[in-house]
Amino acid sequence: MSQTTAWVVVITTSVACFSIKLLGYYVPAGWLAHPRLQRVNALVPISLLSALVVAEGLVSKTSVVIDHRLAGLGVALALLFAKAPFPVVVLGAAVTSAVVYHLH
Amino acid sequence: MLVTRAPRDTLRDAFSVAFTVGTYGVAFGAAGIAAGFSVLQTCLFSLLTFTGASQFAAVGVMAAGGGAISAVAAATMLGTRNALYGLQMAPLVKVKGVRRFFAAHVTIDESTGVALAQTPRGPRAMRYGFWLTGTGVFLFWNVFTLIGALGAKALGNPAAWGLDAAVPAAFLGLLWPRLTSTFLRVVAVSSMVFAMIVTPWLSAGVPIVASVLVAVVFGWRER
Repeated sequence: MSQTTAWVVVITTSVACFSIKLLGYYVPAGWLAHPRLQRVNALVPISLLSALVVAEGLVSKTSVVIDHRLAGLGVALALLFAKAPFPVVVLGAAVTSAVVYHLH
Repeated sequence: MLVTRAPRDTLRDAFSVAFTVGTYGVAFGAAGIAAGFSVLQTCLFSLLTFTGASQFAAVGVMAAGGGAISAVAAATMLGTRNALYGLQMAPLVKVKGVRRFFAAHVTIDESTGVALAQTPRGPRAMRYGFWLTGTGVFLFWNVFTLIGALGAKALGNPAAWGLDAAVPAAFLGLLWPRLTSTFLRVVAVSSMVFAMIVTPWLSAGVPIVASVLVAVVFGWRER
């Protein structure tokens, strides 16, 4: 990633996300009240976060791969089932992945 | 002042949420550095974008080798829920001019959530809940982002310290509390399978954005 790209992403993301927040304070309530829009909007974070788990944990460039990250993700999943708090989940995944990475 | 006049229960709710969520900023700071952003750029995300899932998405797409358009698109789509929060908060906080910009900036999951949780305590408590949580998360989130970014910078190779697994684990941790019904778990698993299937056919980062199609399909009809 070039520095130019990095800056473009930082600035554009910030402007876009702030504009969306502001939109909620300026548009008439009816505009965003369409039931279909509300239903899809409620599911968008779930789909995106799920895809991000895959893209970050199971993908290298454009192929699905199994490596040290999956071990970390497995531990994260187990910790979530055990109702561990967020920082513990992230740390558990990092430590597991690092250990597997160094064993290879 | 905001803090001294607030109802004590509201203050306690706001602080515990703000501090807990704020500490997640460490994970974001580290993710930003692991993706190749500078400490300054990573901190600017938390100051200016200030909506956690979108920030993670933007750096996540770049870390996956995706393009700027995919990164911004994923972050923007994740941020659309904030507009719906604003819609609910606008009649409550009733602000005009510059203060409306401040209110909009701190309109996120947590400030809306705490505000709505104060409903039995009345609109005054709800307003305090909104502002205290919003500004509290802003403060802690930014401090912890800086700590995470500086820490990751000092560590070096992300894979050697497991940072490359910390990022998907963070996404899983953000996803987990949202999976409150069987239907939502089906949507999540379907999105994961969809992302895996389309990965070989699309440019890096695009499968993340394309996964919104799964949300559209499942959300199209009333259940």
